[in-house]
Amino acid sequence: MTSSHREGAKRVSPLAPASASFGVAYGVLAVTAGMGVVAPIVMSATTFAGAAQFAAASVLRDGGSVLAAVAAAVLLNARYLAISVSVAPAFRGSHLRRLLEGQLIVDESWAVAQIGGGRIDRRLLVGAGLLLFPCWVGGTALGVFGGDALGDPKRLGLDAAFPALFLALLVTLLVSRRVFLAALAGGLIALALLPVAPAGVPVIAASTVCLAGLRRR
Amino acid sequence: MSATWLVVLFVGLFTVAFKAAGPVLLGGRELPRRMTEAFELLAPSLLAALVVTQAVGGTESIVFDKRLVGVGAAVVAIRLRAPLIAVMVVAALATALARLV
Repeated sequence: MTSSHREGAKRVSPLAPASASFGVAYGVLAVTAGMGVVAPIVMSATTFAGAAQFAAASVLRDGGSVLAAVAAAVLLNARYLAISVSVAPAFRGSHLRRLLEGQLIVDESWAVAQIGGGRIDRRLLVGAGLLLFPCWVGGTALGVFGGDALGDPKRLGLDAAFPALFLALLVTLLVSRRVFLAALAGGLIALALLPVAPAGVPVIAASTVCLAGLRRR
Repeated sequence: MSATWLVVLFVGLFTVAFKAAGPVLLGGRELPRRMTEAFELLAPSLLAALVVTQAVGGTESIVFDKRLVGVGAAVVAIRLRAPLIAVMVVAALATALARLV
């Protein structure tokens, strides 16, 4: 555990209660969706991606097919393929270590690990992920066993902490016209697709903005 | 295998593979320069899209609700150069207060 690991954890620390609280909400939803008590906890530990898990549980609750539930969740998580390739140079060590540390990639840990120029500090990411992971899995366990112990996360305004984090980090990246235009285009694409496309698609579509970076400058 | 466990298995396999792909297959190696230049735009475009979907996203809809009060408060905090943690706390507090009234 280095000071960079601790710094990463510190940067996402306000999201620890939010992550636990949404974990509880996911656990409660999963039980009402008929997923039982073990499967939701296993899913939180292996998938570790909030939105996709909510989507899959919602589809199952509404009587949707396995294929529909998997498709909804995979679509929501497809952005992690782009993120994981983009952060690859920062990951070192054995294959097993890279595999395990890679699982700590979530939007929040990736966002706080940005060090500019499209690069990340792996230790910031891992530190942030190591704090959020037990919160998410523990919250899920609380949710499936104890029900709504922590109260509604939305009543506490915790759903507003996530866009606030992403916005604060976005602002730090806006150092050039090129980056500013990419952010503007990404935001507008997401906004335009929100009302018409399935969840997940607006974010993936926005990330294709970076293909414009392939053009010669 | 029950429907639930099939979903847990397949979503888990896809997600683990997505997250591992870069670090395991390409870890520690520099990406080609053109790719690095393209990925410089990934963080801003993706973060902007996450701000939009987290602030006004509903189920295949745009929803304006009390989250925007928190995002507005966050904008003020960011302009005042508040630390990251304070920005998030302010946003949550503002939204919580707005929901109380």
